Amino acid sequence: MTKYSIFSLLRHARHHHEKWPRAWRSPEPKGSYDVVIIGGGGHGLATAYYLAKEHGITNVAVVEKGHIGSGNVGRNTTIVRSNYLWDESAAIYEKSLKLWEGLSQELNFNLMFSQRGVLNLAHNQHDLRELARRVNANRLNGIDSEILSPEQIKAFCPILNTSPAARYPVLGASLQRRGGTARHDAVAWGFARAADALGVDIIENCEVTGIRRADDRAAGVETTKGFIKAQKIGAVAAGHSSVVAAMAGLRLPIESHPLQAMVSEPIKPVLHTVVMSTTVHVYISQSDRGELVMGAGIDGFTSYAQRSGLSTIEEMSAACIEMFPITSRLRMLRQWAGIVDVCPDASPIIGMTPIKGFYINCGWGTGGFKATPGSGWAFAHTIAEDRPHPLAEPFALERFSSGRLIDEHGAAAVAH
Amino acid sequence: MFLIECPWCGPRDESEFDCGGEAHIERPADPAELSDEAWADYLFMRTNPKGRHRERWVHACGCRRWFNIERDTVSHRITAVYRMGRKPPGRR
Ligand SMILES: Cc1cc2nc3c(=O)[nH]c(=O)nc-3n(C[C@H](O)[C@H](O)[C@H](O)COP(=O)(O)OP(=O)(O)OC[C@H]3O[C@@H](n4cnc5c(N)ncnc54)[C@H](O)[C@@H]3O)c2cc1C
Ligand SMILES: [Zn+2]
Repeated sequence: MTKYSIFSLLRHARHHHEKWPRAWRSPEPKGSYDVVIIGGGGHGLATAYYLAKEHGITNVAVVEKGHIGSGNVGRNTTIVRSNYLWDESAAIYEKSLKLWEGLSQELNFNLMFSQRGVLNLAHNQHDLRELARRVNANRLNGIDSEILSPEQIKAFCPILNTSPAARYPVLGASLQRRGGTARHDAVAWGFARAADALGVDIIENCEVTGIRRADDRAAGVETTKGFIKAQKIGAVAAGHSSVVAAMAGLRLPIESHPLQAMVSEPIKPVLHTVVMSTTVHVYISQSDRGELVMGAGIDGFTSYAQRSGLSTIEEMSAACIEMFPITSRLRMLRQWAGIVDVCPDASPIIGMTPIKGFYINCGWGTGGFKATPGSGWAFAHTIAEDRPHPLAEPFALERFSSGRLIDEHGAAAVAH
Repeated sequence: MFLIECPWCGPRDESEFDCGGEAHIERPADPAELSDEAWADYLFMRTNPKGRHRERWVHACGCRRWFNIERDTVSHRITAVYRMGRKPPGRR
């Protein structure tokens, strides 16, 4: 692996940057692997990377039906934070945030991780009480979080309309200063390149079409490039999790919905933080190129179509103008949707299944980007040790029959 | 975004409707007899198919009545609309 640095940049400038080597190989699948990961999104790649790096398991393939970055990892609005309500969630999201803090160095890839702070707004008394409860819970878990008054919010984010005359007046906010954004496709590429350097085979344009079982064990995957034998299989297919689980005869408590986002034309810097509102419903930040990046709620019906309705765009734009009147004449550049795997309690499912050697990591729904490194960390351990990592244990599939749900609808901050 | 043919009002924009999720999930006749797994299956597990799906919709901003539709979850094409309590068309 060529190390990326100012010197390699200068060296390659001599050749007009035309001689950079591939960031990862493009191997044909071998006949057999210790671990096959289904899905080359952020979580699948992070899992492969930590399997190799933390557990010394390098005979690993990541099988991806499209190209790396074509799923939700390259479609999200890149918000990273750890201010979730319950102890179980706080633990895994905060582990993830700690990993983010050193990840650019570790992967030798500029993830443009920017801890610009995340504001969650309250527009009514109920919001305000819920926020205060969450801020207190966060602080008890050692997570930085504070409450801002409307005056403090105005000073922190001047373009936000904090007028008491607003249709949905801003009554307060929580601020997590360590939260922020990261460049989403760099995360996919960075993990792919680092995993590849440790020996992981990343196999793109190869769809898993079936899961072969031998008695009660998983034996391998049928793919569009032939059968691949595997000791262990980790399914990390995000929006397609139910489809992949069904190949193994498993039912999941998941429904797949389109989630939509859009970016505006680039403008001068006006927003140096992330602002989220569950009540007016938009979450917004400004990219380094100057575009305003904003995300909507999910469409109310299940879909695998990776597109979404005009009414959602209308609602998202209305919310944006309500909160930031200066955006009323802004033109939009692009709009897209991803298919997210929504779980009834807005928490993920990570762990073992009734099929030996078949592990699942899914249900991250509208908010899994922030968890990419932590999820990979805990899932790699679960696969390597064949028992749930302590961070993953509460998120087992069994919680739906035991009743120990982890309700994070408040912290998830996206309507579903 | 698509048109839905309400059995009472005719074709209307999807934004007038709310989706009530997977159809034909029957409440178990004797819940007390169920295992926790079977109860979880009824409450939480969903087919979530890629392709043909049957679901309940309500014309929330119209006649406010419920009905079933059969819809493809990739193309969004609706192939059948039928009343609550009826069996899906073509099912043996
Ligand atoms: C518009 C939008 C905004 C979002 N905003 C945020 C945000 O601000 N903050 C946040 O934390 N989260 C956000 N999310 C959620 C986040 O993007 C996801 O939870 C997360 O990316 C999912 O994990 P992943 O990266 O592994 O998924 P993906 O990148 O979707 O990876 C899954 C991969 O599996 C592959 N696959 C599926 N089936 C098969 C098969 N049969 N064979 C082989 N490969 C297969 C897919 O092609 C895909 O590449 C957002 C999502 C969307 C859509
Ligand atoms: Zn009607």
